[in-house]
Amino acid sequence: MVRCFLIHTVCPISALSAGECRVLYSRVFGPDEAVLSEELQELNPEERRLLQKEKVAVVARQVHSAVTLSREASGRQLVEMVPGEEVLALQDADSGVARLRAGDPFNEEMSVLWLGVQSLGFTLVCEPHENLLLAEGTLRNLTRHCLEHLHMLGPGSEVLLKSSRIDVLLSRLLPHGQLLFLNHRFAQSLEKEVAAYMAK
Amino acid sequence: MYSHGSESLMKQAREIQEPELQKFYSRLVKLLQGKELGHETVDSLQRLHLILSATKYTRTLPSELRTRLLSLLSSPVEQLQVLSSAVLREMSPLSGEELNYIQENVGHLNSHTAALLLSKAGTRADLSSVCVQLLRGLDNRPSEAPAHSLMHTLPVLNTILTHSPECLTEDHITLLSKRLVDWLCYASTVQGGGASSGRFFTGPRSRQPVPIAELDGSSVSGNFFTVLCVGQGFTEDQWMNVYSFSMLHHWLLTYHSVSIGNSTVETANRSQLSLSHSFSNDDRSEVDGSLVSMVSATSSSSRLLPPKERLREKAFQYCQRIIEQSDRKAQKKTDTDLQKACLVEAVCILDCVCVEDASLVFRTFPSIKGLFGRLSPDLSFARVLLPIAQFYLNHGEMAAVDCESVWKLVFGQFPAELFNDPFLAHELLRFLRLNLEKFQLGVPQYTHFFPNLLKFLAWDSPAVVDDFVDLLPSLVTPVTAVELLHTLLDLPCLSATLILQLRSTCLPISEQGGRGLLSLDAFRNPSFRGLFLFMLRGEAGSGDTIDRLSTLHDLLAEAADWPRVVHCAQTVPVLLHIYFSTVVMVADEKLLAHLILVMLERSSILLKIPTYVKEIHRVFSCHLLRMCKLWPSLVVDQSHELVEFAGISGNVYSKEELYTHVVWVLGEYLSVSCDSRCSVRLITSCFETLEAVLFEITSSGTPDGTVCPAPRVITTLMSALAKLASRSHDLIPRVSLFLSKLRTVTRSGSVAWCSDEEDLVAIVTRGEELWSLLKAPGVAQSVLTPSHHITTPQWHRDTNVAMPLQLRALTSLTHPQ
Repeated sequence: MVRCFLIHTVCPISALSAGECRVLYSRVFGPDEAVLSEELQELNPEERRLLQKEKVAVVARQVHSAVTLSREASGRQLVEMVPGEEVLALQDADSGVARLRAGDPFNEEMSVLWLGVQSLGFTLVCEPHENLLLAEGTLRNLTRHCLEHLHMLGPGSEVLLKSSRIDVLLSRLLPHGQLLFLNHRFAQSLEKEVAAYMAK
Repeated sequence: MYSHGSESLMKQAREIQEPELQKFYSRLVKLLQGKELGHETVDSLQRLHLILSATKYTRTLPSELRTRLLSLLSSPVEQLQVLSSAVLREMSPLSGEELNYIQENVGHLNSHTAALLLSKAGTRADLSSVCVQLLRGLDNRPSEAPAHSLMHTLPVLNTILTHSPECLTEDHITLLSKRLVDWLCYASTVQGGGASSGRFFTGPRSRQPVPIAELDGSSVSGNFFTVLCVGQGFTEDQWMNVYSFSMLHHWLLTYHSVSIGNSTVETANRSQLSLSHSFSNDDRSEVDGSLVSMVSATSSSSRLLPPKERLREKAFQYCQRIIEQSDRKAQKKTDTDLQKACLVEAVCILDCVCVEDASLVFRTFPSIKGLFGRLSPDLSFARVLLPIAQFYLNHGEMAAVDCESVWKLVFGQFPAELFNDPFLAHELLRFLRLNLEKFQLGVPQYTHFFPNLLKFLAWDSPAVVDDFVDLLPSLVTPVTAVELLHTLLDLPCLSATLILQLRSTCLPISEQGGRGLLSLDAFRNPSFRGLFLFMLRGEAGSGDTIDRLSTLHDLLAEAADWPRVVHCAQTVPVLLHIYFSTVVMVADEKLLAHLILVMLERSSILLKIPTYVKEIHRVFSCHLLRMCKLWPSLVVDQSHELVEFAGISGNVYSKEELYTHVVWVLGEYLSVSCDSRCSVRLITSCFETLEAVLFEITSSGTPDGTVCPAPRVITTLMSALAKLASRSHDLIPRVSLFLSKLRTVTRSGSVAWCSDEEDLVAIVTRGEELWSLLKAPGVAQSVLTPSHHITTPQWHRDTNVAMPLQLRALTSLTHPQ
């Protein structure tokens, strides 16, 4: 299963200081792994929540540096995109996958898939035995929907104020972190539901 | 995309003051008390979520607000379900009363409430109760439950069994196994309700059941429904088919990987049953009567197979069908991608069931072989071929199948042609990592492909260096060690070569201008072809390195600031440390001697990237020291090359670190006590070489005029000379003469070869210490060339020391403290 889905900043932005990384949306699926591990039993709920937020921040920072290094290496210039060019932005996006060792920061080893679209990163943290082909496709699909429904190519802050839309998107396309084998018909059916929700 | 506006919004949410927050809470409570919950309520709930999630510490909500939010979980409006679930997820755990409230009032557990319960589960018992609630819903569905109410059941269960598989009891597992079989193989094959037949006039007459279709449009004749079937609308059990297949692999891994621990009789029955099934493909038929007598009465047909075994059999059939369906030409690109993903999944599941039941291997191998034959020529299916390779690795031996072609493809072709695919790199390296032991036992020749494997590292070091930290030790063998060292040192060159290779295929021959012109021309130049081809070789064994290596470095000089090359250069020192740490464990003295020669030779033949050369020298120095400490006789063995290196005074300036260490090991280990082959002549010739260099660098005119030798070099040279002299006393007068001259010269003021006052004082002090030490040759010898039993004391063996130690130990044990 997918352990978490994040949207965060990835490149130097005027609004933030250099190297700082802001998490705009994070959704961790399933119970907190600290609850079920022996070593972390003594933590109280407050500490567990803090630990989870820290783990998410660590992942965001790792992806931040991975995207930076990848863009540096490929030498491509970032082209400004405006709303309406979502498909192009997605085609142009950098993508990659990294390995997170056990304990750093999750209890078990994880694979992190990321998509860097302009100055935002979309990240999936999966268990390593997952079907990464399917995960990659799902991530692209999720990113496309987020870009479109939340007008993320513009300067707006809808991602912060309309996070419930992402929740609903995830509940259909990645329910409880489960990757789904959806052919175009099944996907269409789910996307219709999502679009109906977004229209309200 | 992330503007100042967004940043200030986040700041506001984080820094909202308590009084304002309380006002907000009460306003929200008022809104929630109203009958109609409109846009303003939704907006406020959204803002509440932002405020709560923006901080790292948990805020407390007034209890009335919490209660209101709980009641929203069962709201008919999904937006309110979503928002209340999201808000409550950010809060402290749910109390017992709140949990009871949810159980009683939320009735049929909707997806968002389930998410909340999962996220707030505090113990395994909490997860078990969610599980029980869900399965109860599965068994007895209330008639008024909405159409898609079952759909989140399997994802939630998958989550539970990820974190805590023990939450499902044997009964649960049996129940689910049966349901999974139903959904996987007996879902309806007609299109679901709400399917429009596309015609303008739809009356009851035209509402005939329309069958579903394959991805290429052909009909699904007689076969069962799978994820690769399409229709205008879908029934509930077809949806469950999708959800079941999506979690099937994980289910089998969790509950089927452990052997069920049955008696041999049952196992025999099971394998005979599988054997009998190979005679009849249609699973609904009875087994051939003649075989029934061999099989116990309780397992005479597949229907009466225990649920787990039946699920395994059905999983097998489903995957075979997927493999067949993937050969069809899909009409849409997304479906083509899905076919690839399904193939990967199907092969993984087949691998899983074959591991569990070895008799299935013979039924499975034909289709796997067929897949391999069909897909191996097409590199776009590389990621599908990796699970196939895993299957071959796990079961190839059992089926007595030759796997050579598989390894040639995976290690020979993939890295050479697909090194720039980050996903393939990740998966291939992971495949290697997970099966390292199997490879070392069964396919030991994989180590010969290290030049190919290193291409992944050369292309994208930051992404895969972590994998190589784990893989590199296994690649270091006595056979590959020398060539591997050369290859690691030239990894930045490989990086540049790969870039040129890609550019060369992308850019037209006649392009003028642009970056990389010189090196690209060189790459395309036939007279330099051999150099680049050597870099791009896939297998080891064709030679440790090439003669014209420095030519290659000159040709690639402009690549020294390409980001990819720089990233690569940064990882090489780390890998060299791992290399050397491993090689001292597997190499014999002869090989280590060879490696020392390589180090000395390569110290001047490296790609000129700023700080790269220095870092490599530092690694060399560190490990030269370690190797000589482990095998002191190495120094005498390689004395000729080491002394030659030490005799080049230019090395003092260009390779200061390495030079210092070479001189040090010469001084320390060039003695009879380390190796009996050490003669007086050897000591004398080494002495004379070092003496000459020391004279040269401390004479008034330095070659450069501006650069001074590092003080450490001078003191090391002095100490080395003193040590050598202490072993051959004829040399003592020469050293003493030099040291006294040194004192005289420095007394008269500053010197050209040392600019810093303090350094000069340190050098002179050391000189004086050595000079006074050498006045008593016997003392000098025992200090500067201590015998073995002093440098490696084993006090318990010493007859004088052992007794008192033993007595002291016994006393402290027997006396109560």
